[in-house]
Amino acid sequence: MPVVLDHLGKRFGDGAPVLDDVNATIEQGEFVALLGASGCGKSTLLNIIAGLDHPTSGALEVPSDGAAFMFQDSALFPWLTARGNIELALKLADKTGGTTKASRAARAGELLELVHLGGAGDKRPHELSGGMRQRIALARALAQDRQVLLMDEPFAALDAITRDLLHDELERIWKETGRTIVFVTHNVREAVRLGQRVLLLSSRPGRVVAEWAVTEEHRTDAGRAGELTGTITRRLREEIRRHAN
Amino acid sequence: MPIEQDTRPLEEASPENAPESRHITSPALKGNPDELRDLEAGLDKLQSDANRKAGIDWTRVILPVAALLVLVLAWQIYVALGFKRQDQVPGPLDVLSQFGSLWAEGKAQEAILTSLQRGVIGFLISVAVATPLGLILAQVQPLRRAFGPLISGLQVLPSVAWVPAAIIWFGLSDGTVYFVVLMGAIPSIINGLISGVDQIPPQYRSVGKVLGASRIQMALQIILPAALPGYLGGLKQGWAFSWRSLMAAEIIAVGGTIGFGLGSLLDQGRTLSDMSTVMSAILAILFVGILIELLVFAPIERRLLHRRGLLAGSTR
Repeated sequence: MPVVLDHLGKRFGDGAPVLDDVNATIEQGEFVALLGASGCGKSTLLNIIAGLDHPTSGALEVPSDGAAFMFQDSALFPWLTARGNIELALKLADKTGGTTKASRAARAGELLELVHLGGAGDKRPHELSGGMRQRIALARALAQDRQVLLMDEPFAALDAITRDLLHDELERIWKETGRTIVFVTHNVREAVRLGQRVLLLSSRPGRVVAEWAVTEEHRTDAGRAGELTGTITRRLREEIRRHAN
Repeated sequence: MPIEQDTRPLEEASPENAPESRHITSPALKGNPDELRDLEAGLDKLQSDANRKAGIDWTRVILPVAALLVLVLAWQIYVALGFKRQDQVPGPLDVLSQFGSLWAEGKAQEAILTSLQRGVIGFLISVAVATPLGLILAQVQPLRRAFGPLISGLQVLPSVAWVPAAIIWFGLSDGTVYFVVLMGAIPSIINGLISGVDQIPPQYRSVGKVLGASRIQMALQIILPAALPGYLGGLKQGWAFSWRSLMAAEIIAVGGTIGFGLGSLLDQGRTLSDMSTVMSAILAILFVGILIELLVFAPIERRLLHRRGLLAGSTR
């Protein structure tokens, strides 16, 4: 089931609209990068898709089971171990009581293995590095077992090497699990690196103003990827410069 | 440099021609999988804390004992200088020998056990009552607005003020003692829990909501553990209020079916003008308080903060 945003708008109180007439369709299993300058309403849009916030106009269609969410900082619960965080997500996701403690523990183990952190399950969040915390947060998001995964600049605070690694890891997990991913970022290179499609959101009000497909060619040819990155960067800068006057 | 075919207007990008292709990352960005695994494992190793296991830290024992010795010594010197009559300001040795004889009579043990038992039972009842009340008040805004000021007011009101009322209602019985203890401890535990809940990062609630927590799950699985440091502070204060209120009640309400506690011992010392007994009782009250802090609250608090990574750089 696709995610459909239909003339979606959002304003807080009487202020200027944050989002205005946002239209987009995200197919099942698609990886879409949502690109925009800081403060363009990307996070608001993501919160609306996640059901944390409500649109003031337009319509929104999401799968009935909702969406999993991954935050910019890992937002792991500090009183639980890495494994405990994942098990809690499994427990909260289980509305019918169909899982046992043992089955949840086993599933948490699998998810830890999936993010290559099988050995760190008993560590607490503060004992892990930023990159490891984000991988645990990813495992926790996957524990919810929902088709749609929303990611709000999850790698923005990481160093370059760790970020590259996590890009590979996320791509691998996306292929293995077939999730629909909406990945918010302000980093053009990251958007091109990960997305099958890059949507550019304008600022004030936020609106989808351009989109690019990232093709096979861009993935095999570094030169072509660089050209696409350049094109998108110019368009993004143009969008930001509009606000100079 | 601008490549025309890379920029496509919105209309063209219909879902049908959204690329079927699965990702193959540009080779420049990708290493071979095994190398990446090693790289990742290397980073994980470098960036995690090594486990440190500390033995018993003797400064925790030696420093407080040394401080105590210094104070007792100062006390002895003051008494030896003889500014006051010995029966008004007894020295540490006089008090110790008086405490020894109270112990030999069995009075000291009786008083300590009676008070401690009441304090602990009163405190546990307070925790059981205050915890659900605090959670509900912290989560339901109209209730919080309605009763919040009253709870804060009750915390400021000295619980001794309840003693006369309690004596009229319950007579000279244990009921009086427990009533005063509960009125002292419950408001401060509720307030501690509420302020603990107020300090929870809002993101935890968002995470809980995204994870699909029901209201009760949110309260018990997320709010309560997240508020635990503040709640523990409230419990400590609640214990302090229990203990103080208990002593006040025991000093004022003597006789009837009320047993013989530390407060009663203190009052007995006053009526007999026996300063050594008074000092013995005061010190016993003080030491029970210190022992509870050292043996119960301090280890729990240290463990709680340590597990959350909040101890680094603190002087605890």
